[in-house]
Amino acid sequence: MSTETGRVGEWSLFGHSLRRVVLYSILVGMGVFYLIPIETGIMTSIINPASYTGSFPYLPPLEPLVPGTGTLSLEPWQGAIDGLGQGLVNSVILVVPATIFSGLLGSMAAFGLTTISWRGQIGIYILFVAGIFIPYQAVLVPLTQFWYNVVPLQAVFAPLATLPFVQEYHWKLVALIITHTAYGLPICTLLFRAHYKKLSDEMVEAAQLDGASVSTIYRRIILPLSIPMFAVVFIYQFTQIWNDLLFALTIVQFGDAAVVTQDLVGIGVSQSGTNFPLRMAAALLAALPTLLVYIFFGDKFAKGVAA
Amino acid sequence: MRNPLTVLKRRLSEHREVRTDGGTTSAGSILDRDSVRSAPFWLPPFLLIGLFIYGAIAWNIVLSLTDFQGLGTPDYSALDFENYVVAFFGGTPSWSELTVSPIWNSAWNTVVLMVSFSVVCLALGLVLAILVDQEIRFENTFRTIYLLPMSLSFVVTAKFWLYMYNVETGLVNLFLGAVGVGPIEIVQNPDLKLAAVAFALIWQFSGYAMIVYLAGLRAIPTSHFEAARVDGASTVRMYWRVIIPQLRTATVSALVVLTVFSLKAFDFLFSMYGGYQPGPSADILATRMVREAYSNGNWAYGSAIAVILFIMALAIVTPYIYSQYKRGEL
Repeated sequence: MSTETGRVGEWSLFGHSLRRVVLYSILVGMGVFYLIPIETGIMTSIINPASYTGSFPYLPPLEPLVPGTGTLSLEPWQGAIDGLGQGLVNSVILVVPATIFSGLLGSMAAFGLTTISWRGQIGIYILFVAGIFIPYQAVLVPLTQFWYNVVPLQAVFAPLATLPFVQEYHWKLVALIITHTAYGLPICTLLFRAHYKKLSDEMVEAAQLDGASVSTIYRRIILPLSIPMFAVVFIYQFTQIWNDLLFALTIVQFGDAAVVTQDLVGIGVSQSGTNFPLRMAAALLAALPTLLVYIFFGDKFAKGVAA
Repeated sequence: MRNPLTVLKRRLSEHREVRTDGGTTSAGSILDRDSVRSAPFWLPPFLLIGLFIYGAIAWNIVLSLTDFQGLGTPDYSALDFENYVVAFFGGTPSWSELTVSPIWNSAWNTVVLMVSFSVVCLALGLVLAILVDQEIRFENTFRTIYLLPMSLSFVVTAKFWLYMYNVETGLVNLFLGAVGVGPIEIVQNPDLKLAAVAFALIWQFSGYAMIVYLAGLRAIPTSHFEAARVDGASTVRMYWRVIIPQLRTATVSALVVLTVFSLKAFDFLFSMYGGYQPGPSADILATRMVREAYSNGNWAYGSAIAVILFIMALAIVTPYIYSQYKRGEL
């Protein structure tokens, strides 16, 4: 808000008011606080594990210039790609359809519950919103029962496994896609509803007078106006699903269908101790897709979380 | 006998005629209502959440009344509240030969983590939001950096902080060593575990509180700031007396979301402790539930703990959703 810059008689340092200097120092200091664990991780991830001493985890590997910092090597990243490769592929197979389905269905639900207004829709909508706050523990055991003992998804996939690119274990990923779609729906619906409430009613009313059907209104008017919101929703869902561990742990459990977060838990630990360069490289590799999305679309991510 | 489906189809195709028919206009065809016409859009998603969220919650409640344990399928013929008695008082349940401890320890840890994490996040977020709101340069850069950890997964955050907290090579201990303290075992230290978890989670989510507060600050009319200035209030006094009271809505919504995040801290603990065993001083209900069910095979007992966790979440969320509904903000 109002600043004190340049007020006569105030303490100043190099022409800046002391107040501003303190302000920027705190802001930069907090920036360091948020970045240093990531910076340390990046620096450690490019150290040759054999030369790693751990004395200066925050410095880049500068041996022989600076002793004790280790030598530069991409070996940890190579190890991370080898260790997480399968998990990364599975995560991509999971996250792309789950993000698209939850976004599309969320937009449709919000349209049916907002743009077309009818009595009692708020009651239905409250059930959607409440779904955002459910601790997932409350559904885990039924979910495992459902996918392992009720739905014969595995039996469906067994004959399909002869097709190219289809493996029998993919049934677990399909189960995970449907699960993530269902549990992502509440937040997607909330985000789209907030957007649709702001759209003016005039266009929809005019279309209705012209005798346009509900689906025409959605396809011709609402969907084109939803594109900015789809970006927000897709980014949010992508991050959420990519980062999830709990559902993967309880639905995939273990085996070939394990996703990247599952593989990351155990990486870099062996009988001979912890391989920190490998572990940091793996953590960064697993975080890379969401980090890139955040760096390039940060404003949209902020919009998603603030809603 | 006419097939009901045929009737429905005929009514569907003829509903325009029915409307012009005079007598039936006021009642109209049921298929002509907006709720029905928009049903292709809201009903499939609703069925999906109805099955997966509400169906699963109901099923979980029933499961918690069974003796389901180990391999096999649950037996729904004998339902009782034994699991809840065990959860509250401990003892040896009929489905086990071992004594099962009650949930009080993990419930207490859950509350401690929830309160400390949310309160510190809110305080830090508020301070950051006020600082960022001082017409600073590079505002976007600062905001981007502060929110960055939130794009990471719990699993990744845990790996970073496991490294930060390491006794020999961790930055936290290097820093403590520089000021003459330490080195201290943090991650496996029963006295510090929960604080270490809370601190790492605060690192990850305080940026979220900042974003919410910043939006709240920007929504306050500039005239309120100016009026306080004219009255000669100091900056601290202005914020304390005039501005912060207006951030109530932002506080409540951030608090609810952060509380729910802390209930979900399972992923973090699982990654930090490499499995289901964070140890008694960092065990929360979320980890206890998954451990009982997926590691010990005590499915029904896990379900009972899940019901308790669910009720805790409900107690926080219901008043919030109700007040949102009352204010017409849903």
